[in-house]
Amino acid sequence: MEYVENIIGRKIPKEVNGRKLRPFRGIGMEPIPDRKTATKIRRRLPGEKKLLKSIEEAIIKSGLKDGMTISFHHHFRGGDKLMNMIFKQIAEMGIKNLTLAPSSIHPVHAPLVKYIEEGIITNIQCGVTGPVGDAISRGKLKGLLIVRSHGGRARAVEDGDCRIDVCFIGAPTADEFGNLNGVEGKQACGPLGYMVPDAQYADMVIAVTNNLVPFPCSNISINQNHVDYVVHIKNPIGDPAGIVSGTTRITRDPIRIKIARNCVKVIEASGLLKKGFSFQSGAGGISLAVTQFLGERMREKEIQGSFGMGGSTSALVQLLEEGLFKRILDVQAFDREAIRSLKDNSSHIEIGASQYANIHSSGAAVNVLDTVVLGATEVDIDFNVNVVTESDGRILHGIGGHQDTSEGAKLSIIAIPLLRGRNPVIVDRVTTVTTPGMNINVIVTDYGIALNPKSPYYRRLKRKKTIQYKTIKELRDIAYKLVGGPPDPIPFKDRIVAIIEHRDGTVLDVVRQAKDK
Amino acid sequence: MANKKTDFNFIKKTVEDVTKIRRTRLYIPGNNPAMIRNSPLFGADQIIFDLEDGVAVNQKDAARILVRNALKELDFGDTEVTVRINSVDTEFFEKDINEIIPAKPYAIVFPKAEDEKQLLDVCNQMGVVEEENNIPIGSIKVTPIIESAWGILRAENIAIACDRLVGISPGGEDLTADLGAIRTLEGEELLYIRSKLVLAARAAGIQVFDTVYTNIRDTEGLYNQTKRIVRMGFDGKACIHPCQIEPIHRAFMPSEREIERAERIVEAYTMAQKEGVGVICVDNRMIDVPVVKQSERILKRAEAAKKR
Repeated sequence: MEYVENIIGRKIPKEVNGRKLRPFRGIGMEPIPDRKTATKIRRRLPGEKKLLKSIEEAIIKSGLKDGMTISFHHHFRGGDKLMNMIFKQIAEMGIKNLTLAPSSIHPVHAPLVKYIEEGIITNIQCGVTGPVGDAISRGKLKGLLIVRSHGGRARAVEDGDCRIDVCFIGAPTADEFGNLNGVEGKQACGPLGYMVPDAQYADMVIAVTNNLVPFPCSNISINQNHVDYVVHIKNPIGDPAGIVSGTTRITRDPIRIKIARNCVKVIEASGLLKKGFSFQSGAGGISLAVTQFLGERMREKEIQGSFGMGGSTSALVQLLEEGLFKRILDVQAFDREAIRSLKDNSSHIEIGASQYANIHSSGAAVNVLDTVVLGATEVDIDFNVNVVTESDGRILHGIGGHQDTSEGAKLSIIAIPLLRGRNPVIVDRVTTVTTPGMNINVIVTDYGIALNPKSPYYRRLKRKKTIQYKTIKELRDIAYKLVGGPPDPIPFKDRIVAIIEHRDGTVLDVVRQAKDK
Repeated sequence: MANKKTDFNFIKKTVEDVTKIRRTRLYIPGNNPAMIRNSPLFGADQIIFDLEDGVAVNQKDAARILVRNALKELDFGDTEVTVRINSVDTEFFEKDINEIIPAKPYAIVFPKAEDEKQLLDVCNQMGVVEEENNIPIGSIKVTPIIESAWGILRAENIAIACDRLVGISPGGEDLTADLGAIRTLEGEELLYIRSKLVLAARAAGIQVFDTVYTNIRDTEGLYNQTKRIVRMGFDGKACIHPCQIEPIHRAFMPSEREIERAERIVEAYTMAQKEGVGVICVDNRMIDVPVVKQSERILKRAEAAKKR
């Protein structure tokens, strides 16, 4: 196998499974393609109906056959029932060798492992958590896993790197002509942002709902002109308990609270916390606490921000309702309160994945973010971040918006405890690079805060006497000392099972098959 | 009160020992490895590894060993580390002293202090263990907790029992029970006791720390109570959960006005010292040494507030 080293020092094969790989060359260094892809032209004459009664009928009408690529959204998160349901039908119909390209795969999709083993799914393109990731790490997937960020996925779908033949959209509410929204119905999940590129660029779009409303459906997230068929089924497409995230409560863990408070200190010291401030944070315990503590400071300093972006949460909604932010840009929603607010409060703006984070667009929302607070599984002394592979080398997480927001935001902060169990989080070299260190400005841990010397905020933050800094190497040393030395190298087999793409489509790193100990 | 060990080479307490900022004294159960490892991260001025009430009887040995090893192995940075051992009347006391002293905590927190004789005995026993382990005698300090009516009545004697003593504190729960009083948010049942301990500590030239606030969810109640004990003259307060640190530190934070006045007083005093002037005035008021000391304390607290 021929290799070439990318700009962050990772050896990238020139070709894997017949797929030519372009090494990551730096931000904005890769030439952009000439044109986006175009979908098939379809025609609906007056009087033609779109409503179908069963999944089987929909699959037949979609023309799905061996070797095609299909997609789904992950707005139902742990409560998704649709993907498993569709694959059961696909398996019964004997279709094989599919590329699965949803916006994410969750532990609830464990039944897919069987279809991977049976060769029904042979390639996957998305972020993966849970048993499917584990199966891929163990070499069960015949082809490759391509892991992309949310923005990278939108780019790939629109550029044609990931051509979607059939897209199945789980629609909490739909009318019979294919207008869809995610804020109404029993399976309300909030925005349908991750499916906007698919709806626009897939050759065939099938909406599946169990809440069919008379035309026209109010609150339209995805329009009728993109939707080919609407399937109305009785069985629920999602489980409301799994749709809303479990991590909506502010952490009580004093370590995480300390990290969150320090994040706010850093944001304040950067000078960005002023009128018009914009911010993104997720749904983890630290993120929620950061949102809350930021709110406290904005209240005290009487600052009104311009927008908060999410993964919206009740914590962010509270700041909106208090007037601390003027708007929330929603690409997804993590809890009931965020879904309710999106439906009732006109200060929300529902955005698609491309508008959120696509680098090949005329400007994504991440580019106007002031600051983002993110997590990590590992960070290395070059500030490279790994969010995909675990300490044993298995693929257990997706990238989400990590790459996109850290690249777009002026100040990107990684908030992490220095240890996870007995594993150091700051290491010499991350197992897998999923966000390049050049996009990371600050690491906030329970044992200290490290600044990236290459960050444009380095000097400004360093001057502040209110914060005591450590170097990233000092933090690594503390971590190693606490656990009794650097971790043993993870044993891998030679076979490459996954490719980690940068949001521009070049390759940051590859993941090899895990070796069972 | 003669101390057997003061005859030679006894390490006397320093000004630092009795003026250090100790706004928060965080109890960490001695049998919880994760809490012990994380203890210096919470931002408390002092940690108390607890071998006493926080540890079940069948966990005493495990906790003792764990705390001993933690003291020897872990880096606690600038956080002061102390250990609350079991009281003299338990079978664990001697083992605690013998195991913990060689691991050199800053101080031993001694519960159920009853009188000066008992305390002197303990201090002497510590001296024996120090000597056996080649630790300069008197290195390890003591902060007794007085938990009975009898002890409170002897507070002024306890406070001067031994040169190892750097601070005293009341044990709120046991004391209230001993008094037959009812614990209230306002703390009127402990008013006399708190006042008496402040008096005893200041007379002895040592620090005084308040008892715990048991409702860990009520951070505002804790803040208000801490404000009250700051006004009474306390140097710090014990806490049982890391979330109590922030409200206590907030309550100890002097106001801008206090800081500004303290700065002027200390500056005037330093100038007067240099120029050999006996009497100094700030804001048309004569300033004595206790006021200067109080001002220095305020400035130290303001400095500490910046750090933690």
